[in-house]
Order: sequence, then structure tokens, then C-alpha cells
Amino acid sequence: MPVETAVPAGYIRVFGKPKALSDVKYTYCPGCHHGIVTRLVAEAIDELGILERTVGIAPVGCAVFLDRFMNCDFVQAAHGRACAVATGIKRARPELVVFTYQGDGDLAAIGTAETIHAANRGENITVIFVNNGIYGMTGGEMAPTTLPGQRTTTTPWGRDPRLHGYPLKISEMLAQLDGPTYITRQAVFDYPHIVRARQAILKAFRNQLEGKGFSLVEILSTCPTNWRMSPQEAGRWVAEHVTKHYPLGDLKDVR
Amino acid sequence: MSRVLMRGNEAIAEAAIRSGLKCYFCYPITPQGELVEYMARELPKRGGVFLQAESEVAAINMVYGAAAAGVRAMTSSSSPGISLKQEGISYIAMARLPCVIVNMMRGGPGLGNIAPAQGDYFQATKGGGHGDYRLIVLAPSTVPEAAELVRLAFDLSDKYRVPAMILADGMIGQMMEPVELPEPVDPGKIPPRPWAVTGARGRGKNVISSFDLEPEGLREMNLALQAIYREIERNEPRWEEVETRDADLIVVAYGTMGRIARSVVHMARKEKLRVGLFRPITLWPFPYEPLRELAERAEVILTVELSAGQMWEDVRLAVEGRAPTPFFGELGGVVPSPKRILEEVKKYAG
Repeated sequence: MPVETAVPAGYIRVFGKPKALSDVKYTYCPGCHHGIVTRLVAEAIDELGILERTVGIAPVGCAVFLDRFMNCDFVQAAHGRACAVATGIKRARPELVVFTYQGDGDLAAIGTAETIHAANRGENITVIFVNNGIYGMTGGEMAPTTLPGQRTTTTPWGRDPRLHGYPLKISEMLAQLDGPTYITRQAVFDYPHIVRARQAILKAFRNQLEGKGFSLVEILSTCPTNWRMSPQEAGRWVAEHVTKHYPLGDLKDVR
Repeated sequence: MSRVLMRGNEAIAEAAIRSGLKCYFCYPITPQGELVEYMARELPKRGGVFLQAESEVAAINMVYGAAAAGVRAMTSSSSPGISLKQEGISYIAMARLPCVIVNMMRGGPGLGNIAPAQGDYFQATKGGGHGDYRLIVLAPSTVPEAAELVRLAFDLSDKYRVPAMILADGMIGQMMEPVELPEPVDPGKIPPRPWAVTGARGRGKNVISSFDLEPEGLREMNLALQAIYREIERNEPRWEEVETRDADLIVVAYGTMGRIARSVVHMARKEKLRVGLFRPITLWPFPYEPLRELAERAEVILTVELSAGQMWEDVRLAVEGRAPTPFFGELGGVVPSPKRILEEVKKYAG
């Protein structure tokens, strides 16, 4: 278990590393939003005091090492299967707090069926969906969420909807279902949005603690490496372009 | 012990519940529908979780989750469905999670049909999915034996942390026979699971994973798996012999074909032919040694299967040229009569 660094006399703690985060260094690229999102999840676990009963599901993708970054129990899932694995854990031990942390390739391509059906059953789990519109770890290939015209290593002339289809609005799809409780889309490209995303993640965990059912927080994120942009440019790209295709805000909220 | 008349599929379900099954995940497929339906009716009443998944892929991943959480978990399906589960089974094998998978084999390849067949022997015993792994594979030839082997499957799977498979077919699944059901297991006797994800309270975190990016690390995980497999190969081969002591010809057959071959042996003996049966019960670990010993004495080792010759390869590995090893197989869900097999036996015996 992590040891909290002692605060010297005369000082007060205003900021520190969440207990839910380990001392292992992130393997995320510099400027990638994963680092912020992972920290927000850790802060939510700390704030709710649930570290000792939380089980995370690590995905295939850039967050594949999530089990090393965090201090709770973890299960590593096959690509796209996180929501099915989470279902198995939560049904076996409902007293646990179970969350998945998935990218857009994982959740919205190879794991579409698992995601939709877990949501439709109203599984009492929390899903953190990091949408950066690309397959980051495998080298920047087109994802179902890639924007029209966006260049990737598998759409070298840009995504042509007539050839490659349109960006998949999975959160809008899920919000049409009767099963889910809370579906929201957030971003972390500046401080005000980080604060809102933090509140959304907290709410998604609190819903599970209250037995309210399936909650999903989509977070529009950057992939500076594969977008071939600086972190600043990538953040601006999300603010100015990505949010036009994927509007921010709550898509479903059953109170 | 209670003796009841039951279908194979239902006896397997009941035996699983009595073995402390907590979570069962499934997708409907013939010829194991009765198993799914029995679980849907009975398991929730007896404190367990029944969930019909959206796909075979999801079902096996739910098993992965429940097994990771430290409860006895199971899924069942038939050949095409088992093919879909292979990804999940590979992860379960490397993550060292105990669970039971039932395959009521049907005719293949492809959509095939729903008649009895044994075409999944390779898939079950040689890995099935990606990577170097094995399942403990148990092949019942009667309904009572199916019930007995379900209990054994859970126990062996827990003991070695290796997934176990019951490999049968629609003949075993849908036939009714009197069964002695096992007594309900004492929950206190189920081995503890200190490795399970139950919340990191009073201990360090537990991680269930099949992943190591470093070649040396992944090699260590593989060597650990292989060490367990060698131990299982030493300790767990199971088989049955019928009239083998003086036999000139040994029929090797398992499951439904093992049952038919038993009748063949009795028919042959009535005609004064010295024929015996060697019936592997564990298909992995395959009982190589006892079959090798028989091959020292017998003149012919005849393999009969509902396949084009899959177990036949293991038989030849066991016999290693000590005796001729002819083969007779039927395909497509056609089940040969004892009389037909006897004709085959007579080609080599007497």
C-alpha cells in the first residue's frame, strides 16, 4: 500500500499524488490526455474511499499497463472484451466496484457488441471511454471514431466516408437504449473541462455505489504522436474540430 | 447418493450446481440446449448467477471475469460456439484461472450439423486457441460418467489452476440414463483463491493477466505453465480397460464411440475373438504409458472415432510402431453400428 509523504510542520497539503496511483511511471506519450484521465479516475477512487474494493479492467491499447499505474486489483482483458469481463466480476461479487478503461478501437470497434449489451443490460459498472479517434499503440491506424478527412496510417489520403464509413457516435447510440443510467461526453483540453470531466467520472462511480446501473464517461482525448501535432496543437484540435463532430455534454442521465 | 433418470445435458448441469458452481454464462446452441435451460431454471434458485450472453465470445469472457473474482464458473456450448470461445480460453489458460467448459460436439467443419461427432479432438487437446497451452479434457461415455467427470473437472481445474473441458456430443447430452448424482460439495472444501480479485484490503493488489511485454518475463510465465502441464501428465491420466488382459486386438475409442466399442468387444468375445477395449477418459493428458504397455502384448491396435483420425495421432504416438495401428472413422454425424465396427475388427482379428 502507498505511504503518504509526511507534511512538514507549518505546511498544509494542497496537492499530491492520489493514493490510487502507484509510483510506476506512465508509459503514455508526452502530452497525451491518457495521463490526465488516469489521474482523474484515481482521484475519484480516492475521494470515494473505495480503493480497497475496486477492480479495474485494463484494456488492450495504450492503457494496457494501467494495472501497473494504479494500486487497486486489476484484470487484463482481451481486446474489446472489457465490458464482458467486468460483467463476470460484478455478477460474481456485486460488493466490488468494477470499472473498465477503454480506448475507441477497443470499445467502439472490436468490442462494440460487448459494450452495447453490457449497457443494455444496465450492468452496474463504470466505463471510462478514452476517445482519441485513432489506434495509438499499434501505430496510428484509422479507428471507427476517426474524423472525415483525417489522415491515419490506414487512410493515408484521409478518411473518406464513402469508402471507410462515418465516425461512429457510440455514446449517442448507447443513449438511445433503455438500459444505461448515465452517458456523458467530456474533454480534458483545458482546466474548466478537466474539472467537468472529474465531476462526471465521480458521478459515474457514485452511480455504481448507489446501485444505479451502467455509467459511461466518454472523454475526447489527444494522440499528439499519431496526429503528428504538438500537445498544444492537439489540444486545440480537440477544442476546435473534434467537439464539432462529438458535442460535449450529458447524453443520458437517469436521476 | 440419489439415483434419478436424467438427460446427459441436465445431469451435467445438476452435477455442476452440486459442485459449487456460482456463475454460469452461455449462448444458445444445439445440441446442448437442455443444459442452458436447466441452468436458467435451477441456478438462480440455488444462489448462483445465470446469464445469457450476447455471444459466445462474451460468455467466455464473463467466465474469465467470474473466475478472476474467485468463484467456480462455467460455460457450455457446441463445436462452432467453442471455436468462437478460443480467444477467451487462451487468455484464461495463461492467466491461470480455473473454470469448466462443456463442449457437446456436433458435426463439422463449418455449420456442419447437430449430429454426434468427434471432430473437435485436436481443438480440445492440442490447444485450440493461440499460444502454447493445454486444457484438462475429460470425455464421458455415459450419462452417469458425465456427472462424475463434471465434479472431477472442477476439482482438477482448481487444483492446477488450468481450465478443464468436458468433451462429449449430442448422443451423451440428449440420452437419458439412471444417474447417481454427486453429493453437494461443502463450500468450505473448495480450495481458497488468494490470487483472486476481491479488493486489495489488507494485502497488496492482485492482478490477473496473461501479458508480459518482456520476452524473458513471458518465457517465465510459459515455463511455469509447462511445469504444471508436466505435473498433470504425471498425475492425472485416466482410462478404462475392458477385456484387455488376453486381447490380441485392442480397440481404442472414447466417449460415444467408446460406448459402442464396449458392445463390439462383447459381441467379439461371443465369437471367441480375443478383443479388448482401451478407453481414454482423460484425452489430455492422454494415457500414453498404459496404451504403450498394451501395444507390447497386442497384435493390433485399432482406433475407431467419429472423425477422420484425430485421436489416432495420439494412439500412434503411444504405440510407436510396436504394433500395426489401423483406423476406422465415420464423418458428418453418422454413428456406425456395433455390427459395422465388428466387421472392421474381423479384418484384423481371428
